[in-house]
Amino acid sequence: MLAFILKRLVQGVITVWFIATATFIAMHAVPGDPLRGERLANERIRANLQARYGLDRPILEQYTIYIGSMVRGDFGISFTQQNRRVNDIIREHFPVSATLGILAIAVATFGGVLWGALTAVYRNRLPDIVIMFLVIIGISVPSFVVAALSQLILVSANSLFGRSLLPVAGWGTVWHMLVPALVLGLSTTAYLTRLMRSSMLEITSADFVRTARAKGLPPTRIFLKHQLRNAILPVITVLGPQIALITTGGFVVELVFSIPGLGRYFVDAVQQLDYTVIMGTTVFYGAFLVSMVIIVDIVYGFVDPRVSLE
Amino acid sequence: MSAAELQPTAADFTKVVVARETHALSRPSLSYWQDAWRCLRRNGRAVFSLWMVIALGLFTVAGPWLWRVDPAAQDVGRISQAPGLPAVARVIAPYVAWPGVTVAELPTAGSAVPSGLRLAEPATTQAVRIAWDAAPGAAGYHVYRNLYDPAPDRALGLPLAEIFDPHRVSFEDRFDLDPVLYWYSVVAVDRDGVETEDYAVLVVEPLLAISADEATARGWLADGGGVNVGDSITPPYHPFGTDYLGRDMLARLMHGARVSLFIGVVAPLLFVFFGIVYGSTAGFAGGRVDQVLMRCADFVVALPFLLFMILFKIAFGIGPGESGVMPMLVALVLLSWPSTARLVRGQILQIRNEGYVGASRLLGARTGYLVFRHMVPNTIGVILVTLTFEVPRVIFIEAFLSFIGMGVAPPTPSWGSMSNEGIKTMLAHPHELLFPAIFISVTVLAFNLLGDGLRDALDVRMRGRE
Repeated sequence: MLAFILKRLVQGVITVWFIATATFIAMHAVPGDPLRGERLANERIRANLQARYGLDRPILEQYTIYIGSMVRGDFGISFTQQNRRVNDIIREHFPVSATLGILAIAVATFGGVLWGALTAVYRNRLPDIVIMFLVIIGISVPSFVVAALSQLILVSANSLFGRSLLPVAGWGTVWHMLVPALVLGLSTTAYLTRLMRSSMLEITSADFVRTARAKGLPPTRIFLKHQLRNAILPVITVLGPQIALITTGGFVVELVFSIPGLGRYFVDAVQQLDYTVIMGTTVFYGAFLVSMVIIVDIVYGFVDPRVSLE
Repeated sequence: MSAAELQPTAADFTKVVVARETHALSRPSLSYWQDAWRCLRRNGRAVFSLWMVIALGLFTVAGPWLWRVDPAAQDVGRISQAPGLPAVARVIAPYVAWPGVTVAELPTAGSAVPSGLRLAEPATTQAVRIAWDAAPGAAGYHVYRNLYDPAPDRALGLPLAEIFDPHRVSFEDRFDLDPVLYWYSVVAVDRDGVETEDYAVLVVEPLLAISADEATARGWLADGGGVNVGDSITPPYHPFGTDYLGRDMLARLMHGARVSLFIGVVAPLLFVFFGIVYGSTAGFAGGRVDQVLMRCADFVVALPFLLFMILFKIAFGIGPGESGVMPMLVALVLLSWPSTARLVRGQILQIRNEGYVGASRLLGARTGYLVFRHMVPNTIGVILVTLTFEVPRVIFIEAFLSFIGMGVAPPTPSWGSMSNEGIKTMLAHPHELLFPAIFISVTVLAFNLLGDGLRDALDVRMRGRE
């Protein structure tokens, strides 16, 4: 077990190093000068600024400095907002994105397992047909449309009742988070519902379920202990990549609902060519995703004893 | 019994007649593709989605040939027009200033509501001229315009004018007139500027009208020939309405379809092809080469996809006047190939160990024969299914990136960038967001359903499952 965790950790570190290098190469291939936005009085100021950000050094040395500070966990200073450290930006905006993402994942997992189990139980009957129709819509409609439409509905609901039921945009209270989390989790809910349904249907015809039924166990016990627990396993497997999808998918939801998350900040940084913020955010997100996948792998090993952790 | 009696003679034997019929197949034998096609045709949803895909293809390829409207041309007179039926405009004389109606003597008795509210002249979209009888005791009038009946809760609507002269009993409205119903309300105001409770209402539907000069200037007259006052002309027709710059939505949807579907179809073709080459190389080579190649693929998978899509897109850069389609294609191919490569490698490794391949090799089959007789036919179904599922994914990515302003650059239309423009005017003109959104959703839905059907039809192991 320990050897497995160690091996996954080493792999994770190498992966993060690869992400950092790829980011570095991509950013240095970007046409345009990071200092182009500055009103530079003369060449000396320009040279000073270049020296401050280390842009006057040879590229290999820049790379070494960059990797060195990454190892120390220092992402540097923003180009556009001077004297603001990238670490502070991440510390300020990431919790918002993470809260939204965790809420969305919770909503999606709960909803997906529930709907998926329901459709399997009511196979080819009305609840199944209705839910699967909604699932197809959830998969086909882009998130920004869902976000915009839900805002529209909120606005009309608020004006219908003459008072604000739920805030339409912004961030701060739990009420602000509900609708964005639902919207963000929608496609994952749809995906998990499909997965849960097929996995439940497979389990229903499994031998051990038939045995349990034959020995006279009550149906609820069979459903909870034998079917649900086994059917959830594939859902846990895809949760790792889905967390990645949700955290980056937050861009649109953060944009539409004007939530001050890291995704929206990243889009702004790209538009302003804020080099250090772009690199810092990308590497941070990459490391976050890699650790999520590793955690899910390890959790899976605990949940399913059949999986041997070689 | 003696040995001679046990000795069988020819008479002891009867010839066994092999009844060939017992082995004959009751139905004609089908090839893999015939069988898959049969299975696909039985699947109602798959057939429906196939027709939708064909319709979308026609819309994209043949659409701009049939609907020859320039997607960049602006109809400045009609911005954010809702979809509707073709209109007919009456040619009228050029606009001349209207002196208005004034009364010399003010009435002294009667109600304080302006009575006799009427149209002074036929209402056109050039100008609506209304007049009323002076109300006793009024020091002036306020004129309002609304798009619905103000009756229940005195919703008078847009304030158009405040008239401080009690002698002036007319108003000319030239503000952004459309051929729809308007409710004009006139309220009398007392000496202190306070409105009376009651008001007069007039319902007006202006006639769509234009002067000959203006029609020529806007390009409504195709041949540039002269028209006379009273003629009817047809203005450019926008069946799906216009966007916030007055551009024809239908033309933009068609040209946007070309961009969105081009990316959605070409990018998967490219990276699936690259993935096949990469994966089969790894699968065939095996051993250390395979390990190194697959470890590289693992690294690419670990990159945060959308962040790197954005990074690569700005790294390749787009010059002025470029649409940004090519950088997006390159970025998509660079980031998306590993999943196909993994799939193909897995298939190849699996097939390589199958008994029939070993038998074929024992019989002396060469590698080329093995590849084309066994490997390709056994993997092509899975690859085709992957390809179908990659199309909606890529269309989503394009729409998503264009929506956050990192994709196709304006003025090139794509469904994503059209949604991005439409969301700004969502509350007032929902059609600008809804049409591109519906097209994205329908396309994604069609390809998803088609993928489901193809998987059922092509992957025999998946049959009967859900």
